[in-house]
Amino acid sequence: MKQLQIFEQVIDRPSEYCWLLKTQTHRKIIGYLCSYTPEEIIHASGALPFRIFGHADSTIRADAHLQAYCCSLARMALEQVLSRGLDFLDGTVFSHTCDTMQRLSDIWRLNSGLALHFDVVLPSKLNSESAFRYLVDVCYQFKKDLEAAFRLKITDEQLSESIHLYNLIRQGLQELYHVRSQHPGAISGKEMDLIMRAAMRMDREEFYQRIMDVMDHLKREASMKCAQNFKRLILVGGVCDQPNLYGAVEQAGAAVVWDDLCVGSRYFQGLIDENADPIEAIAKRYFERVICPAKYRDPNFRGEYLARIAREKNIHGAIFVMLKFCDPHAFDYPFLKDHLDQVGIPSLRLEIEDPQLAIGQLQTRIEAFVEML
Amino acid sequence: MANQRAEDHAAQERLKIKSTGLMKKIMKRYYFQAKMAHWLRKKVAWITSGGPVEPLLAMNVIPIYPENHGAMIGATKMGGALCETSEAMGYSRDLCSYARADIACSIVKGGPIGGLPRPDFLVCCNNICGTVIKWYEIQARFYQVPLFIFDTPFNHAEMSPAAKRYVQRQMQEYIEFLERVCRKKFNEAKFQEVGLRSIQAQRLWQQVLDCCAHQPAPMSAFDAFFHLALIVTLRGTKVVIDYYSQLLDEMRQRIEQNISAVPNEKVRLLWDNIPIWYRTRWLSDKFSQHNACLVADTYTSAWSGVVHLIDENHLLDSMAVAYSSIHLNVSIDQMFQKIAALAQKYHVDGVVMHSNRSCKPYSFGQYDLQNMITQRLNLPVLIIEADMADERNFSESQIETRIDAFMEIFE
Repeated sequence: MKQLQIFEQVIDRPSEYCWLLKTQTHRKIIGYLCSYTPEEIIHASGALPFRIFGHADSTIRADAHLQAYCCSLARMALEQVLSRGLDFLDGTVFSHTCDTMQRLSDIWRLNSGLALHFDVVLPSKLNSESAFRYLVDVCYQFKKDLEAAFRLKITDEQLSESIHLYNLIRQGLQELYHVRSQHPGAISGKEMDLIMRAAMRMDREEFYQRIMDVMDHLKREASMKCAQNFKRLILVGGVCDQPNLYGAVEQAGAAVVWDDLCVGSRYFQGLIDENADPIEAIAKRYFERVICPAKYRDPNFRGEYLARIAREKNIHGAIFVMLKFCDPHAFDYPFLKDHLDQVGIPSLRLEIEDPQLAIGQLQTRIEAFVEML
Repeated sequence: MANQRAEDHAAQERLKIKSTGLMKKIMKRYYFQAKMAHWLRKKVAWITSGGPVEPLLAMNVIPIYPENHGAMIGATKMGGALCETSEAMGYSRDLCSYARADIACSIVKGGPIGGLPRPDFLVCCNNICGTVIKWYEIQARFYQVPLFIFDTPFNHAEMSPAAKRYVQRQMQEYIEFLERVCRKKFNEAKFQEVGLRSIQAQRLWQQVLDCCAHQPAPMSAFDAFFHLALIVTLRGTKVVIDYYSQLLDEMRQRIEQNISAVPNEKVRLLWDNIPIWYRTRWLSDKFSQHNACLVADTYTSAWSGVVHLIDENHLLDSMAVAYSSIHLNVSIDQMFQKIAALAQKYHVDGVVMHSNRSCKPYSFGQYDLQNMITQRLNLPVLIIEADMADERNFSESQIETRIDAFMEIFE
């Protein structure tokens, strides 16, 4: 799809995109690693929130700071900053997620050489009034920290504008997901992945315009593409830094029609109330959003959610994309698999140690899995 | 010859810490009681090692520590087999070995004491890691019992007023939770009593550890790993105070009589991270051969390191803050400050770090700490790669070579 070319630069050549943006607009750019980062507040400050993914050619520099049993996301993110590949960032924000990210924040602060560092220590449990109050406090503090760092004031109007834009973007992404679910193949998995990643990096106004173009295009084309008889798959996990996976799935005669990923549906689920106090409203969205396994709501939540979503989306099979050494997801796996088994949905676990490795071996397993469905 | 043997035997006996026997008895009684809890009509709660246990004791609930159980599993070398069982259930081998062993134990009722007594409810405090939340969720589903999460925000810098409010509010919620699951009112007076005893026990434990500042040290960190069990499992009870008072007396006597843990102590080392439970004896002997004594560690002092933050007149509120401030819940820079203080207090010549596959919050950052220690404290650092309870992750020859090479620095 030619409408997608615009998204490629910010994913494949982020330095180029970001330096150009900085020279043209003098905008600050703030890096982040987790979908729990309240980026609306960053955006309202005028800065561009830029999500860091686990892509790096080697981990030579990061290996001096992180042991071999650390996940590739943390190692590769660290490698990027240590090899000066993220020099366009003015700073980074770490929102509290897992044990690894918690320590990575310290290592990053001590070694990245970036001017600014923020820790937004969100609550780990999202099921009580006191946790919500604390989350609101943390968001207010983050706003204050940004104001101090950039020597400016973030007004309620700016916050409301950002909230409005983010709501439009999230609705747009959700709509694209629905098209993908109703017309598998209309938009390939790799293309959707590219859009999602661009959503977390590109200038958000521009991004919104561009996905509207994509949507128009799809509305014209979608009906033609839905003839094929795809097996409908859901991807489950955290990040999926393996875009080739989608190609392998499609080659096997299946299509990813939904996901429970933090670079996927968890990113756009839940809108922000535009009529409430902006910071409280932002906090409320993060509080109520579908949780990731590093957050606690109720011990059964994720299993019930996954089984429900899988039924709603008429899923034939699930692929767990597990990043090796990712504890929260690995702990949930047997329980989630169990819930899927109970509703008769077979699943496949793929453990990914190094996203840079060839897809070959995974491809064989994916083919065998799809054949079985 | 016979005389020589008798003398050697006497020398060996002199070295032994006499309180050890009593300690074993106390632990046996504790687990026996816990196993009989339901027969005694007492409730059992599983709680994380760094969790606020005092309110439980005030409610007459028997606390059980799966992590202490994990350490026992490790020490009895049953970790590998139990971990394998959980791996067959779908749990990745890369997960925490305490959690893997415990999850397996619930099902097969294996391990050194045939499994832990069934919990009536669970209390999980994430001041030590995020892993415990996942682990306790699994147990909450398995046993179908209520779970209370005590959420202690991580301190990358000083603890924020918002975080303080949050944990103090949770202390109230915790008590409300206990009142609900125990179906009785919280006993303030009893809590006060338990709290004061807990503080006293923590201070006594610290005094025991402090004895190792003496040169030569009357006990080693390996001994501390053993005697630690009471401050973890029974703090708040009288038996801990009696026991540590006795142990403290014994340590003072050893100092007077010049009895040291390592007979010919020449090198004093600091240990970082959870012990390698299935190899404590081997490691202790290994370092002794080099006339090295591990005189201090960052692990056993975790149960007394924040006692100064507890205000006897505002027990609940100050405890909430203290529990949130422990060694594992602070940034690498703050951990370094702690290590620097320990190094100075105990006059150490080097540091041994256990890079523990099972414990990411304890282990990630060790490479940076290593640099800070060598550069700012001018002390050599040895890093050993292993695991606390899964003996399959221990490479003896490799570790032996590394220790031998490290010890050459001091010759």
